Amino acid sequence: MRDPLSKKIVTIEPSGIRKFFDIVSEMKDAISLGVGEPDFDTPWHIREEGIYSLEKGRTFYTSNAGIRELREEIARYLARRYNLLYHFNHEIVVTVGGSEAIDIALRAMLDLQDEVLIPQPCFVSYLPCVMLAGGVPVIIDLKEENQFKLTKEELLEHITEKTKILIMPFPNNPTGAVMTREELEEIAQVVKEKDLFVISDEIYSELTYGTKHVSIAQLPGMKERTIVINGFSKAYAMTGWRLGYAAGPEKILTQMLKIHQFAIMCAPTTSQYAAIEAMRNGDEDVERMRDAYDKRRRFLVHELNEMGLSCFEPFGAFYVFPSIKKTGMTSDEFATRLLQEEKVAVVPGTAFGACGEGFLRISYAYSIENLKVALERIRRFVKKYTK
Amino acid sequence: MLKENILKAIDKNSKLTTSDLAVMLGAEEEEVVTAIRELEADSIICGYPTLINWDKTEDERVTALIEVKVTPQRGQGFDKIAERIYKFDEVNAVYLMSGGFDLTVIIDGKSMKEVANFVSGRLAPMEAVLSTATHFVLKKYKEHGMTLTHEVEDERMLITP
Repeated sequence: MRDPLSKKIVTIEPSGIRKFFDIVSEMKDAISLGVGEPDFDTPWHIREEGIYSLEKGRTFYTSNAGIRELREEIARYLARRYNLLYHFNHEIVVTVGGSEAIDIALRAMLDLQDEVLIPQPCFVSYLPCVMLAGGVPVIIDLKEENQFKLTKEELLEHITEKTKILIMPFPNNPTGAVMTREELEEIAQVVKEKDLFVISDEIYSELTYGTKHVSIAQLPGMKERTIVINGFSKAYAMTGWRLGYAAGPEKILTQMLKIHQFAIMCAPTTSQYAAIEAMRNGDEDVERMRDAYDKRRRFLVHELNEMGLSCFEPFGAFYVFPSIKKTGMTSDEFATRLLQEEKVAVVPGTAFGACGEGFLRISYAYSIENLKVALERIRRFVKKYTK
Repeated sequence: MLKENILKAIDKNSKLTTSDLAVMLGAEEEEVVTAIRELEADSIICGYPTLINWDKTEDERVTALIEVKVTPQRGQGFDKIAERIYKFDEVNAVYLMSGGFDLTVIIDGKSMKEVANFVSGRLAPMEAVLSTATHFVLKKYKEHGMTLTHEVEDERMLITP
């Protein structure tokens, strides 16, 4: 029999998270600080709207780009929150989560051998999606001393003749890093000079603390070269609804919509109706959840620093990224032993890129009570292994 | 602002320690201690009760909600009559209402008989009370913004990207 597999797909490594997930799932009664999704249920009024749409029999395909009302709401939201003006009809497409948006944006823009800059540590999908789209991923290792923000120098160092796209994953999973307007301006200047495009994954844009999210597309001359990706999963605790969107220049969006049309048809109808409600009446929910995350974030950073796992203060998402270098263990070793000895699951930093070595991703999408129990165990573990 | 944030934080969980609160709210512990002391002195924080689902214990209890129509008294409005009612130990809550009746009185008793005795023996005979309508609570689903009926289980996968 011939090899049924594509050469491309077999060269792609399965996600490091997956590997660790398999170890964790065999451990009964482990407590986890390892998830990348909110602990809140979707607010009831949003769920109720989804139920209502089912009762009304709204069980058909929607238009490819998404229900008109939803796209209008998204356009209004982007204008109101981030000062970004997009036309609902040509510049917005509703997708199956932010993940699909990442995929179709890359596929719409890449030719064979085009290079894509990926700052790591970052979400696990960018790299394989670039490869699947025929592009060449070029990793930029972000540094702890810069609080894992991308600097102009790091960017310039990695640009070649073939570079076409820069991925901007801020607020960042797994580090919690956010970039300020001034920092983004430096990046934007290089992007314009070198004639690059940006895919800005802003899925955590609502979850910033003490600072308001700035989209790189807001900066002068950037809107026409940026695809903004966002969604409902993190802000409205709607991960399972699988709903996101992309906004950008019509020229690119038209082609993205083509791929979406053939591969997906349309995002789930029920989710779209629920999302309209989220956009119209969900601001207070977002605020309530953000407020809860903020308290836990302060608590977690304080406790980790106190037990000697130094971590810089993250201002976004719901992760902290403490260093475990002083224990002398690798991230993998630390996470595996912590799981075996104290039954606490955290994700090794290396799951998000090689430069995550020496770090852990700890999620605070858990109640304070849960965090306390888990932190007590981590404290015991760290004490045992610190000379 | 700190006071407001403290109240919001302990509204659903009064077990948070002052040091935890200080960390969570980005304040000094002394500030938190002082703020709480002031909130207590001003009767803004009036107590620290525990939310108990008595249905799950051996303890037999009944709760009744009584709609009471009263004649307000000259110069004292409803406050005087409300006070005469809320001073009874078995009264759990008293609210002045808009609409078809004046006071909602919530009673906790050991048995229906005890509640009945309270209504017929104490509440109804009061001079200002015109009428009462007693409703017994069959099951409590939610109190103080918290669900009593089901245990919340974390259904998320243990590790996700």
